[in-house]
Parts: sequence; C-alpha cells; structure tokens
Amino acid sequence: MAETENKSKVHVDKMDFYYGAVQALFNINMDIAEKKVTAFIGPSGCGKSTFLRTLNRMNDIIDGTRLEGKVMIDNSDIYSPMTDVVGLRKKIGMIFQKSNPFPKSIYDNIAYGPRIHGVKDKNKLMEIVESCLIKSALWDEVKDRLDTSAMGLSGGQQQRLCIARALAINPEIVLMDEPASALDPKSTLKIEDLINELKKDYTIIIVTHNMQQAGRVSDYTAFFYEGHLIEFGATGQIFTKPNQKQTEDYITGRFG
Amino acid sequence: MNNKRTGEKIIYWTMRGITYSVVLFIAYILFDILINGLPAISWDFITGDPEKSGAEGGIFPAILGTLLLVVGTIVVALPLGMFSAIYLTEYAKQSKFTQSIRMAIVTLAGVPSIVFGLFGLGLFVITLDFGSSLLAGSLTLACMVLPTIIVSSEEALKSVPKYMREGSLALGATKWETIYKNVLPYALPGMLTGSILGVGRAAGETAPILLTAAAFFLPELPTSVFDQVMALPYHLYILATQHPEAQKILPMQYGTALVLLLLVVGLNFGAIIFRIRVRKKYKW
Repeated sequence: MAETENKSKVHVDKMDFYYGAVQALFNINMDIAEKKVTAFIGPSGCGKSTFLRTLNRMNDIIDGTRLEGKVMIDNSDIYSPMTDVVGLRKKIGMIFQKSNPFPKSIYDNIAYGPRIHGVKDKNKLMEIVESCLIKSALWDEVKDRLDTSAMGLSGGQQQRLCIARALAINPEIVLMDEPASALDPKSTLKIEDLINELKKDYTIIIVTHNMQQAGRVSDYTAFFYEGHLIEFGATGQIFTKPNQKQTEDYITGRFG
Repeated sequence: MNNKRTGEKIIYWTMRGITYSVVLFIAYILFDILINGLPAISWDFITGDPEKSGAEGGIFPAILGTLLLVVGTIVVALPLGMFSAIYLTEYAKQSKFTQSIRMAIVTLAGVPSIVFGLFGLGLFVITLDFGSSLLAGSLTLACMVLPTIIVSSEEALKSVPKYMREGSLALGATKWETIYKNVLPYALPGMLTGSILGVGRAAGETAPILLTAAAFFLPELPTSVFDQVMALPYHLYILATQHPEAQKILPMQYGTALVLLLLVVGLNFGAIIFRIRVRKKYKW
C-alpha cells in the first residue's frame, strides 16, 4: 500500500474531541503522509474542519473544548502539557475559508509572522516577502505595489496573499480550511495549481466541500461522517472503488 | 386602498414632524446661547480673571480649571478603562463572575453624578486627605466616566472580527502579541472616540466637582494638583443661581455657557475627526 512507503508526519491515535458536553469527533485514528496532499471530505458538520483545527490547536481558543487521545506531529504529542503551542503553530501554516488579510500593506501582511519571530533586518524581510510571493504565484501581480493595502486585492489574490503569509513563517505543514470555497472558478484553479506546486516542500492538509477538487489536488482522501472517520485511503481508490457504502453514496452524490 | 394610503401619509408626517420638532428645540437652545453669548465674548473675557465675584472681568481660571480636570480625567480613566475592557473581552472566560462584573459596570453608569460627588468627597477629599483639589476632582470624574470608557472600548474591541485574531495566532503569535499588533490598532479609534465622548460629558458636570474640586471664586491659577480650581459648569451655576445680582449679569452667564458648549463640542468634534482619519487607514 502507498501509505507505508511514505513517512508519516502526523499520527492521530484514538482521538475524541468535545465542544463542552457535545462530542464532535469519535475515535479518530490516522496517519498523514509527509509532503503529500491529504484531503478531508464529508457533509457540513461532519467534523472535518474541527479535526483540521485540532492539528494546530486552534480549538484551544474556544472555551470549553476538550481532546482525548493522542495527536503526534514528528513523534511528539502536541497535546502534552510540555508542548509550546506558539512554537507548534509556527511549524504549521493555516489558510482559512474566508481570506483574512490584515488591514495593512501587502508587505506588512507577509512580514507579520517573521517580525513576530524576531526577524528585524530589512533586507532579510524583503527577501522573505519576495520569495513567499513568488511561491504563492502573486509576485508578478503585486511587486509594484507592496506598500498598498492588502484590502485592495481581489478575492483570489487575497487568498494567495494569505498563503504567502503562512509560508513566511517557514512551516512544515500547511492546513487549508476550504481555501477556495469563496472564489470564482478561475481563482480556484490558480489555488489548486499552487497546491500542486507546494506539496514538493510542504505537507498539505485540505478540507474541501468540492469533491472534484479533492480528486484533482489530493494524494489521499479521508471521508468523515457525523464525527467518525469512515474511510481513508489513496484518492484514486476512494473515488473509484470505495470500501464503505457511505463513502460511495456521498461521492456519487446520493447525500451530502 | 385610498384610506390605507392616507393613513400611511398621516403616520409618516407625524413622525417626521416629531423628529423635526426635536431638532427645532435643540436649534433654539443653541441659537439662544449663541445670540446672547457672542456679545459677551471678547479677548478679555476669555483671558481675563473674574472680578467682583464674577460679575465683571473674564473667566480664564474657569476655562483652565475645566481643561485641567478633563486632562486629569483622561490620564486616570483612559488606561484603567482600556485595560479593563481588554481583560473583559480578550482574556476573561464567560462565567457568572465576569457577568456580574459587567452588570456592576453597567449599574455604575446609571449612578447619579451627585452620588459620585459624595463618594469622591468621602474617599479622595477626606479619607485620602487630598482636600478639595484638582486631583480629587479628576479622580472623581474618572470614576464617573469609567463605565462609559469600558463599555465603548469593549464594543470597539468586539467589532474587530474574530479572523484577525485567528490569523495572527495561527502564525505563531502569542495572545498579547495578537492583541497588541492585530487587534488594538483597529480598535483604538473606536475606543478613543467613545472615551472622549464620555469625558466630554464629564467636562460639563457640576455635581461631582462641586464637592471635590471647584472653588466658588479663585482668581488665581492652580500651581499643583492639590490646589482648588474654578470650573466652567460650577462658575455658571454660581452666576446663575447664587450670585446676588444674577439677573444683571445675564451676559456673563451666556458667555460662560457658550464657552463651555464650544469646549465640549470641540472635544467631540475632534474625537470624530480623529476616528474618520484613522478609519480610512485601517479599513476591512
């Protein structure tokens, strides 16, 4: 099987997750491969975004959430009391469903992370800004107006700016929470091309509503339903001959 | 059908009329103060000392006193209010305890100003032995405007979308870095404007300073925070009700009222212009 050939970057073991008294995820076990694209699919409310957010502990900022079991990244338990959450998040970039550029200049948006992590040198910052904008395929469109507000960019450009901003902290993993759901088809395609480009260097995990998208960009696909991981495997296999009836029903559009 | 339309029209014109009459009322007050106050205002009136218990001369000590009280109030209340608001919106968990803190703040906003005056008299003037002074008056006014500052600062902080915080945290910023770099800059205009509007109202209050800071007649400028000061609202109160020749010195009263009005309106106007300018810079 393909999974065994790849190095596992994220290892999830018997994980349960609760919002207060409500259990949102049930006994999740999963290995996510390094420098591959893994897609999470499933109907709204199935827990795929919640799961994504457990991987960089973004759920911590919601009052009353609780996690049981283990989430290991590079063999260290990220929910152990010893974990430095800030250091963890520095290792993991995140792209949100709604592009969220800060109301600052394009330059300041990308320099935000590096500055927080102590980069002060102007030349070094400019180097980071340029290389991240090139990686996110935005450089040619914005190189002459780096000091103008990021709010003046189009929706697709804003999302690519957010990708550049996430890359600027030099992460190993990039989490994407429906990154193209608010974009037009052309911008969506650009983001998908970008994902294909980025997986050379980063482990990418993407939540998507769009099954064609999962098919186009991902190497592995996980199907979630009502907080359970129903099926997980190579994308080709999941889409052509799923083992579970629920997966097949969802993929063929019978529900969800 | 026709009847219905007539009904609509009657309601529309009634409401329109009521709204206009409110405006008319305010316009009349402003007009009255302007017409009667302007002739009294001169360079000597603004820069001179009062003479004959305020019947003649100027009102400079009262203008300065009010300005100093405003500055003192801002210096004390702004940091206290802003940090409380940051704690309540960004750090405190939603619990019975924080809810009761909020309730207390809202209740505090409804306490009559004379009660704040008595409180200031008891605590600052007598117990802490500041005497009737600029310091005691500023502290008393600060207590009075704290609820306004906290509530408007909380609103301003809440209006910064959650995704600004998430975006920053996801980049590995700590909570305080996130607040300081990616929440406060956008909330600050709203926090300051709300606060200054609150302070503007305090500048016109008579009751709190009556008991804690204001002198009846003091044609000398304060030299330390432990000095008594004259203040415009109190001076106006004295001229209008306590002066033996109140009727004869009407122009002095109008002049004082106009200066006080201009001061407060100027403060509010400044706050609003500031907000518009900063808003343009940080638009999302």
